[in-house]
Amino acid sequence: MLERSPLRSLPDQVLKWGLSALAAGVLILIGYFFVRLIGQSSSAFSHIGVLDFFFRNNWDVSQLQQGAACTNGGHCTFGAWALLMGTIITSAIALVIGVPVAVATALYLTELCPRRARGPLSGLVDLLAAVPSVVYGLWGVFVLIPHLKGFQQSFANTFSFIPFVGGTVAGPSYFIAGLILAIMILPIVSAIAREVISTVPSEHKEAALALGATRWEMIRIAVLPYSRPGITGGAMLGLGRAIGETIAVVLVIGNSPTLGHSIFQQGYTLAAVIANEFGEAASTPLHSSALFAAGLVLFVLTLLVNIIARRFVIRGVRGKATSGEGLLVEIETEPGAAPA
Amino acid sequence: MTVLPEVSPRRRRTDKIMRGTLAAGTVLALIPLVLVIYYLIKKGIGAWSGDFFTTDPNGNFLGYPGGIKSAILGTIEIVAFATLISVPLGIGVALYLTEYGKQSKFANLVRYFVDVMTGVPSIVFGLFVYIVLVLGHVGGSGFAGWKGGIALALLMLPIVIRSSEVVLLLVPASLREAALALGAPRWRVITRIVLPTSLTGLVTGVLLSIARGAGETAPLLFTAFGAQVATANLGNQMNALPLQIFSDITSPRNEVVTRAWGAALTLVLMILILNLVARAVARRSRMA
Repeated sequence: MLERSPLRSLPDQVLKWGLSALAAGVLILIGYFFVRLIGQSSSAFSHIGVLDFFFRNNWDVSQLQQGAACTNGGHCTFGAWALLMGTIITSAIALVIGVPVAVATALYLTELCPRRARGPLSGLVDLLAAVPSVVYGLWGVFVLIPHLKGFQQSFANTFSFIPFVGGTVAGPSYFIAGLILAIMILPIVSAIAREVISTVPSEHKEAALALGATRWEMIRIAVLPYSRPGITGGAMLGLGRAIGETIAVVLVIGNSPTLGHSIFQQGYTLAAVIANEFGEAASTPLHSSALFAAGLVLFVLTLLVNIIARRFVIRGVRGKATSGEGLLVEIETEPGAAPA
Repeated sequence: MTVLPEVSPRRRRTDKIMRGTLAAGTVLALIPLVLVIYYLIKKGIGAWSGDFFTTDPNGNFLGYPGGIKSAILGTIEIVAFATLISVPLGIGVALYLTEYGKQSKFANLVRYFVDVMTGVPSIVFGLFVYIVLVLGHVGGSGFAGWKGGIALALLMLPIVIRSSEVVLLLVPASLREAALALGAPRWRVITRIVLPTSLTGLVTGVLLSIARGAGETAPLLFTAFGAQVATANLGNQMNALPLQIFSDITSPRNEVVTRAWGAALTLVLMILILNLVARAVARRSRMA
């Protein structure tokens, strides 16, 4: 056997173990992440109580400006129920508006649109993801809020029988935040839906057409059932984005720590409260700890949503190698397995 | 030959309506893009002038509020620093995954958590760096540009890893095997065969991750914090385009809000150019 001397095989060993250490570092980093976040928020949880933090609707730091310190049972209270609900409400609105449009776009682009327009149109939809969230916020504050106010009011008046719709319309609101989130999650949901839809075997589609199905019937009976798990996963990844989005939301939701009566009223979300109160909280340990707790909840929530979403997407794509996003694609093919 | 029965008018109508709905959905999806770009140009171009790019925000209550020089420089410096960290680490991890780990349990675990990391909200990365580096006054001061860079690097890392892995997998196994058969050690196969072959693809992924990082506000809020004057010292607090826009939006002064639009137009153009270059590079590598 020809063998390299130990000295000459040294660079190989160094590279191998170095790269392995890097990969392990990623895992350690995420673990460390978690531990530090728990460490910083533990004082909030122990002072406020875990249940009270989640289920009490009394986030109140209005005394802070007058120099009063937040102490246990003192001037400030940190029940994050309204913030948690705000996150859930805005994300729900985003999904209700964003997912149907994203799926329609994906279906149109993969099944109906002329082949030559497909590339440019997909590129345009993807461009929605390139706009930074602060720019969406800027646009929301100065364009969307003033222009949509009249429409929202007439909508609220007409459909006031629907729960959480009637009443006066505030400028910044859950609805505006949800609408902007819908725009922001649209490209990712649409990209994943496109990816999943393109894995539908053409035999299935051709079979449907051969049986005399129209284009839409082909989509309904062949494309949608096959790609449903993947599309669900894509929608959940969008949900993860919506939950964690901060800057656009903090600008358009009104930042009022109360639970609004309708979707056209001001509110707050977990992410928005961190960005907004972070500056003033620096001097009060309990306040900043409560914000870290909000961050921890956000982290765990998005982690769970992502884990579930990935289950769906991977089941949907089932190892069919595709290109594109590169985030979700499970590539099953073994690359050049060289003899060790 | 039998003639196929006619599609009934009802079915044909449904087909038409649904096709129209799907097309309308696509149009609906593109409306926000058109509107955002329209307003950016309409409101932003007016802010652009020679002074706009060469002066710092001056904080005066009257008159010209100053330009965005420090914001542009800050964004470039912070993002460059973040790229410097995330690219070697990211490509390193991707190399581990494709060249060594492959489908082993550990490699799949890393893959899984990298995927999960892409879904972590950017504000959480900001909080993390705040807790670890800012609260601890690491490096002598609280807020600093380089800490913002680290927050962005954490955000960019999973993007670089995943895009690099996909590209590295495209390098034909036969190339690797040919080199190994000629007696080349593994590290030379990686540095002389695998990396050069996949270079353009790697560049595309890196450019896209830079485009993503450049637009982020939340992580910088807790780390670089913002400043008025331009500085080349990453140890100082630093301004950045997203931070400038964020703080300008809430101003009651029209001139300052106009500056936000001008800065937003600048930022979007920078990101757009990065995206276009990335796509051009990707197209070129596919043709070659």
